[in-house]
Parts: sequence; C-alpha cells; structure tokens
Amino acid sequence: MEFIGLINYWIVIVLMMTGFYIVISHDNLIKKIVGLNIFQVSVFVFYITMAKVKGGTAPILADGITTYSNPLPHVLILTAIVVGVATTALGLALVVRIRDAYGTIEDDEIEKQEGES
Amino acid sequence: MSVEQAIFFSILTPFVGSVLIVLTGSNPNLRETVALITGAVLFYLVASIYPAVAGGSTPSVTLFEMLPGLAIVFTVEPLGMIFAGIASFLWIVTSIYSIGYMRGHDERNQTRFYALFAVAIGAAVGIAFAGNMLTLFIFYEVLTISTFPLVTHHGTPEAKRAGRVYLGTLLGTSIAFQLTAIIWTWSLVGTLDFTQGGILDGKVGGLTAAVLLGLYVFGIGKAALMPFHRWLPAAMVAPTPVSALLHAVAVVKAGVFTVLKVAVYIFGVDFLSSIEASQWLLYLAAATVLIASLVAMKQDNLKARLAYSTISQLSYIVIGAMLASDLGVIGGGMHIVMHAFGKITLFFCAGAYIVTAHKTEISHMRGIGQTMPFTTLAFLIGSLSIIGLPPMGGLWSKWYLMLGALEAGQIVIVAVLVVSSLLNVVYLLQIPFNGFFSTSLNNPEPAAKHNHDADHDHSHDREQSQGIREAPVPCLIAIAISSTGCLVLFFYPGPVFDLMRLVMGP
Amino acid sequence: MTASLFSHLPALQVVLALLAAPVCLVLRRHGAAWLIATGMTWVLLAIALTLLGRVLETGTIIYSLGGWPAPWGIEYRIDLANAFMLVIVTLIGSVVMPYARASIKAEIEEPRIYLFYCMYLLNLAGLLGIAITGDVFNLFVFLEISSLSSYVMISLGRDRKALIAAYRYLIMGTIGATFYIIGVGMMYQVTGTLNMADLATLVPDLYGNRTIMVALAFLLVGLSLKLALVPLHLWLPDAYTHAPSAVSAFLASTGTKVAVYAFARILFTIFGGSGIFDDFGLQEILVSLAIAAMIGGSAVALYQSNVKRLLAYSSIAQIGYMILGLSMASVIGMTAGLVHLFNHALMKGGLFMVMGCVFLRLGSVQIESMEGLAKRMPLTMAAFVAGGFGLIGIPLTAGFISKWYLIQGALEKGWWPVVVAILVSSLLAVIYVWRVVEAAYFKPPPKGAAEITEAPASMLVPTWVMIGLSYYFGINATLPLDIATGAAETLLGGVQ
Repeated sequence: MEFIGLINYWIVIVLMMTGFYIVISHDNLIKKIVGLNIFQVSVFVFYITMAKVKGGTAPILADGITTYSNPLPHVLILTAIVVGVATTALGLALVVRIRDAYGTIEDDEIEKQEGES
Repeated sequence: MSVEQAIFFSILTPFVGSVLIVLTGSNPNLRETVALITGAVLFYLVASIYPAVAGGSTPSVTLFEMLPGLAIVFTVEPLGMIFAGIASFLWIVTSIYSIGYMRGHDERNQTRFYALFAVAIGAAVGIAFAGNMLTLFIFYEVLTISTFPLVTHHGTPEAKRAGRVYLGTLLGTSIAFQLTAIIWTWSLVGTLDFTQGGILDGKVGGLTAAVLLGLYVFGIGKAALMPFHRWLPAAMVAPTPVSALLHAVAVVKAGVFTVLKVAVYIFGVDFLSSIEASQWLLYLAAATVLIASLVAMKQDNLKARLAYSTISQLSYIVIGAMLASDLGVIGGGMHIVMHAFGKITLFFCAGAYIVTAHKTEISHMRGIGQTMPFTTLAFLIGSLSIIGLPPMGGLWSKWYLMLGALEAGQIVIVAVLVVSSLLNVVYLLQIPFNGFFSTSLNNPEPAAKHNHDADHDHSHDREQSQGIREAPVPCLIAIAISSTGCLVLFFYPGPVFDLMRLVMGP
Repeated sequence: MTASLFSHLPALQVVLALLAAPVCLVLRRHGAAWLIATGMTWVLLAIALTLLGRVLETGTIIYSLGGWPAPWGIEYRIDLANAFMLVIVTLIGSVVMPYARASIKAEIEEPRIYLFYCMYLLNLAGLLGIAITGDVFNLFVFLEISSLSSYVMISLGRDRKALIAAYRYLIMGTIGATFYIIGVGMMYQVTGTLNMADLATLVPDLYGNRTIMVALAFLLVGLSLKLALVPLHLWLPDAYTHAPSAVSAFLASTGTKVAVYAFARILFTIFGGSGIFDDFGLQEILVSLAIAAMIGGSAVALYQSNVKRLLAYSSIAQIGYMILGLSMASVIGMTAGLVHLFNHALMKGGLFMVMGCVFLRLGSVQIESMEGLAKRMPLTMAAFVAGGFGLIGIPLTAGFISKWYLIQGALEKGWWPVVVAILVSSLLAVIYVWRVVEAAYFKPPPKGAAEITEAPASMLVPTWVMIGLSYYFGINATLPLDIATGAAETLLGGVQ
C-alpha cells in the first residue's frame, strides 16, 4: 500500500536515474541533452507531487473551496521550466556550432580529433 | 631630528635611494654618486640612533597595523644596532669597491645591480630594527627576493641553476618552517614582540618548545646551518661585490642575527638552556663548523672556499646562541661584527684578483703577492682576523665564545673551536703564503675559467712579469678601509662589547 | 526622492545590471555597448560600496521585493557577508571592464563582440543576485542566470575547443543546479518556507530528520559542482583555458567565489554548522576534499604547458584553501576562507589579465612561446611575478594574509597534517610560478620570434590596478579582515 501511495516518488527516482545515466553514458551530444531534460523533468514531477494535498482542488479563491493544493511549488516549477528551456536551447545551439567546427557530434570522435591536433 | 624619525628614515633611505638610482641609471657617474650619498646618509642616520641605544633606551616606531593586533613595528635594541651599524657602514665601503669592480669588469645591467643592492640593504636594516617577528619575517623575505636577481646577474645557465637552489632553499625553509613557527608562537602566546627575557618562557611545554626551536632554527635558512647550507656556495656565481656584502655580511648575518634574536628575545636565554633540543642544535652547529672547514680545504675556487668558510663561521654564531649563556650570546653578537670585517676583506681581495689578474682558482695564484702585494697583504690581515689571532678583532669574539662554552660547561665546543681555528689556518693562510713566498710559475694553464677572452689573458701574463699591477683604485680604497677595520676592532672592541652586554639586560 | 531611491538600492544593485544587458543587445555597436557596460559596472560598484557602508553603520539591511513581506515575498537581507560579496563582485567587474575592450577585440570575432557585453552584464546580475538574495529558490534562479551567461561567454572564444569546454560546463553546471533545486524542494517539503532567515530558525530543530539530511547532501553536492571542489572540478580547467582572457579573469575571480559564498550560507546560516559537522562526518569529508584539492591542484599545475591551464589548476587548489577555511567552522577559519576569497579574486584576476596581455601580443600562452618575454614585455611580466608572489604567499602580498589566518586556524584546532598540507601546497606554488618566471626571464627568445611591444595601457593599467590592490590589502589588511571577521561571525551566528 505504501508503495502505491508513493508511486509518484518512485517515478521521480526512476526518471532521475534514467536521465542521469543517459547523460553519463552517451557519447552523442544531443542524447546527453535529452538525458539532461529527463533528469530535470523528474525534478518538476517531484515538486508537483509534493504540492498535492489529498482531496485538494486547484487553488482558486471561491466559495466552497477549503482544501486546495499548494500553489507555490507550481509557480517555482514554472520558473524552473523556463530555466530548463533556456538551458536546452543554449545546449542545442552549442551542439550546432560544435558540428560546424568538428563535423561530428560524437564525444569520442571529437576527443580523437583533439588528440590528433 | 628625533631618534624615532631617524629610525623611520633609515628604513626609508635605501628604498628611496634605489628609486633614485633607477632614475639616474643613464648616467653612471651620477648613479654611483647617488649610491654613495645614500650610503652616507644611511650611515649617518643609523649612527645618530647609537647614543640613545648605548644609553640603554630602546626607541620604537609603530608604522601601522597590518593584521588586527599585529603591527609593523621598528624597535632599535643593541643587537639590531650592531647589525644595522655594520651593514650600513660596509655598504659605503662596498659601494666604493663596486665602482672599481663593476667598471673594471664591464658588467652588464649595472643600474639594476645598484638599485637592488640598495633594496637589499634596506631589507637588512629592516631586519635589524624589526620590533616583532612579523616585521622581521617580512624584511627577511624582501631580502631573499631582492638578492635573487643579483645572484643570477649573469643570466647564464649556471647562474640560473644557482638561482634555483638559492630561492628554493631560502624561500622553502622560511615558508615551511619559519612561518609555521611564527604563526604557532602567535597563536600560543598572542604576541610576537621581541621582549627582554623571551615571550615563550613558562607558556609552552618542553616538547612544544623543542619543536618550535627546531622550526625556527632550520627555518632561518640564511644562517646556513647544515643541511640547509647549499645555497651559499651556489650564490657565489654572483659578481664579487654581491658575494662580499650580501653573502658575507647582509644576507648571512641577517640569518644568524635572526637566530640570536629568536634565542634572546623569543625564547630567552634562561628558557633556552632548559630545552633539551638546544643541545642537539648546538652539536649540529659544531658539526657544521668542522665539516664546512674540511670542505673548504678541498675547494680550489677561491670564492667557493670563502663560501664554505662563511658557513663554518656562521655556525660559530649559532653556537653562541645555542650555548644559552650570557657570554656565549655576547661572543656570538661580537662575531657578527668581527667576521663581517674579516670576510668582506677576503672577498674584496678575491674580487681584486679576478678583476686584475683574472684568476679565480687558488692553484693559479702562486706568486700573486709579487704583482699584487697590497691586496695579498690585506688578504693576510683578513685571514688572521678570521682565524682569531692578535692583533685582529677576530680574537675577541672567539675569546668570548670560548668563555661562553666554558660557562655552559661544554668542553666539546671549546675543542671544536680550537680545531676549527687550526683548520682556518690551513685553508686561509695558504693563499697569502703561496702568494708571497712561492715564485710565479708563469702559470702553465691560462686562467680559462673566466669568461674573458684568451687574448686578454695572454697580454696580461706578460704584464705580470713586469712588476706591480694592482686592482683599480676604488677597490684598493675599500680593501684598505675594511682591513684597517679588522685592526681597529682589536684595539677598540669596547662599543660592540658594551652593546652586547646591554642585550643581556642590566 | 533621493531617500526613496536610496532605500531601493538593494533592488537596483541587481536590476540595473539586468536592464543594461538587453540595451547592449539592442545597440549592437560594440563601442557603445562597452561604454554602457563600463559605466554600469562602476555604478554597481558605487552601490555595493554604499550598501557595505550602510551595513557597517547600521547593521543588516532588510528589503522586501515588491513590498511583499517575508516569508511570502522574496526578501533581500544584506548583512556583512552579503555586502562583502557584492563589493568583491562589482570591484572585479569594474576593473575587468576597461581592460576587456582591447582584449575582447582581439579574442572574439567582430560580429559577436556586443554579445559579450550583454552576457557580461547578465552574468554580473546573476552573481550579484546570488550574493544579495535571502531566498533559496531565488538563489537558484540567479545561479542559472549567471551560469547560462558564462557558458555563452566561454563559447565566444575563437578556439573551437572553447565550444566543447562550454558544452561540458553546461552539462555539469546544469546537473549541479538541478541537484540544488532537489535539495531546495526537500527543504520546502519539510519546512514550508524558502526564506533563508526563516529556514535558519526551523531547520536546526529538525536536525536528524532524514529528508533534511538528504536535502543538505543534494545542496552541497550541487554547489560543489558550481564551485569546482575536487572531485567535481573537471569542467574548470578547460573552461578557463579556452575562454577569452577577459572572461577567464572575470569568472575565475567571481564565479566560483560566489558559489563558495552560497555554500557557506547554506551550510552555516541555514544548517547551523557545527552540529552537523560533529556527527555527520561532514567536517572530515570537507577537510579531506579541501586538502586533496590543495595538493592535487598544485601538483597538476606543475605539469601544465599552457599557462592559463596552469592558473586554472592553481585556482582549484586555491578553492581548496577557501573550503578548508570554511570547514574549520571557527571564526578564524571562516575569516581565513572569506578573506582568501577576496584576496584570491584580486590575485587570480590580475594573473589572468596578464595572460590576456600576453595572448594579445604573442597569440599564445604556452610556456615555450613565452621564453624571453620579460625583455620584450617587462611591465606585463613584472605583473605576473608580482601576482605569482601572491599565490605563493610571500609577505606583503594578500596571499600571505590568507595563509597566515589559515595556518592560525589549523593550529587553533591542532590539525598538524593540515598545516603541513598548506605549506606543501605553497611550496608547490613556488615551483609552478617559477617555471613561468624562468622561461620569461632566463631563456632567450625563440628564433624568429616576432618583434612585439608592451600591451596597450588600457590593458596594463587595469592589470596593475588589480595586482596593486592585492598588495595594498596585503600590507594593510585590517579593513578586509575586519569585514571578513564580521561576516564570519554573522555566518556562524547559527552555530554559537
């Protein structure tokens, strides 16, 4: 029962580890960024999950609503998503320029080229 | 001018002089006049402090607080008075000598040489007048760094190697050991002021004191206690005036002076004698005396021989400090002066041989007394003073060192001093002896050690047989002054002795 | 009017830089952009100094953004530690800017120059924001503003390796920042607040709570990545080596420093320091990492042939000093860490600026190509020697003061091995500084070397200002030490 109740947190952990693993293990620079995104998304899920109040509705100021979810983490995560998008955009832009400069986006091949030069 | 102002300006003068020397660098005559005037002003200032100190007061100037609770302070006490006195006096003499030597030898970068020389003297005076260990340490490092370009003056690979040893040893020991000791002292007792009777007495335990003493003594690499002596022979690649003033007077004396200061004002003589470790350091110093003398005998290069002789003589002063007896400290302090005059004379003569006869090796100096009788005579005087024979000043310091050893009950040390004097006789007197009494062999091998071209040497060999050919006049004047000093100190050691007695308290 | 303007200084400190950045972007002319950026950095310095003066006079300044009181709104709480950081960042920023003009022109392609000024201002805004904010999530946002702009600045370098360096830094930096928000989220989950002052009252009572402990671990690891603590330093050498020199000078002396500040803020203000130190083993871990950084960084620096890379490894070692000071969790140790932060910013900033001058004239910063340089660029190389003395810790340099306090702190704790480690690291510094000095002063210039002259005054003067300041604060260290001691006491306030 406890496992089911914490299912969101398990998902967070699985996503986090998946993303982290991709970042570390892949040589492809794009895949690394994908991994980074998955990693960040896990954190977003984590924040949203912790804001949820059992039986709570959306935090709207109206009659009859007494229990509502905590709005602050939502707001925070909006900010974090913006930061994440900016990071992804910058990362992809860098990859484009790396491809222009090296003709590849594989980390090991870049390393080889640097070793030769 | 008040005494305090005199202290302040005597620290400032050499640094100002250095700047002026750089500014007047394009005109050698003006530049050297500036150097001489700076020297004279400095000596005048230092001398004007003397009456107050001899009268038993210790004037003090606080510049500013560098760290909270720790200020840059200058306090003139008798020991510092002695050191500043000889450093500033011999600077004038050396400046005169340098004029002859550097021109006679066509050295390059003479402006840099004079400017850094002034900085080094300023640092030496700063060390002499330092009122606390932090101030002393700062000037100690300034001295190391300002003399480095002087050691590597020629810029040859050999000079570079020597420079590495020089900087590595002096900077390494001072940062690794001395700085640790200073900060440790500061955190233990909360003061670094030089205080009559010491600041550590009763505040630290036996083991801590022993470790601290070791850190201080080995941290003062300039005292050239074995095994941290290698930098001194290495530094001999420098032009001779540098070797003479810095490596016979300012730098090495700054080292042993610091040892004495630490022994007297940080530990206190009474406390020092209760520390077991002072015994071990005493024996190490004694071993340094003997080993360095033996190594000196094997050196054929005259400056190298003098360097090892210096190492051995410096340890006399360390012995004086580690005997931890009043007479020992007095002897050590007097030896700073006596050795300074003796050794600077010897170096001046060595430089005169180089610049005039282009000879650096002792084996080529047979018969040199016939062409350079005056220089060789001065060499004899200097040697006698180092050995400690009358009528030379060197007698007195050895006398008090021996008395101090007896007072402390160290018969072994007395024996070491005697043996060392005999070794001095062997390795020093050989030069004037062969110079006067063996005939010139018209040296079969040219003195090729030197970087002057061979033509020059040959033309010179011819001149040699034609009679007397002495060093440039400024060199001779300097030699005359310093060798006269050795004699004068025999007859009038009073002021030095009185000052040293003040060090030990009323 | 003026009175109200004065009361908004904390907000202006960040907002002005933030506003000036897009102006540079719109202007596109690099001359005008430079003018705006320089003027702005000087204004910011004036604001920071005013704030410091006011903190010294009246104590902590509390400023609620938008008038929303804490803990609902974001609060800027400026105590001595914040004010000290603000001054460091703006001081370095305003000295580097006049220098940057000539240096950037040579090192960044013409059409991209205005981007540099824009990113520089953004970065400055981010760093100032980190230093000033009293809100942990707000800190994350500023952390990312400064990080993103520094990735861009690094990638502006002409060498294509700069792109790879920037990319790797981006990956590492983002992981670090994400770790940081995980930690923030966990803290929020338990306490329901993001305000530092609020957290500081709530967290110590929760001591032993598993979530709080895990949160601390995430926060510290995240920030350690940003400040390049060994073994999370791998991004730093490449980034500093391939970035344009003005960027290296600025980042080396501010970026990691601000992260060190944030580290101390989280560890001490929020987590109340020593309680955690005692039974969590944190102190041992931090001290060993710091020592590994000090010795390892210096040792690796010995083998570098690229002087900028050498300086980068030296920075890793120097960061070790700062973390060592902080992890002593004593007033002296913390003072040592903070004052070294300031001193090292001056010294390393100056040294990287020297390398910028060398690169400008020589087109290379390899040791071999610098042979015999002292004859041709005497003032530049003299600045290198002077700055190098600081790294070694020769008396009269600022580095000496830091070392004095660090050793004193270690002695106070009776940590002898640490004392030895500090000394060994200083001696290694003698060697790596000397390798460069020997090449420049004792080797003849390589055959066929181009005739080169001294760097332009617009670069030399700021370089010497930086080096000169590091000497000034080495000779008269009372002022930074007093401020650092005050800041240390505030940071440790939660402990005592």
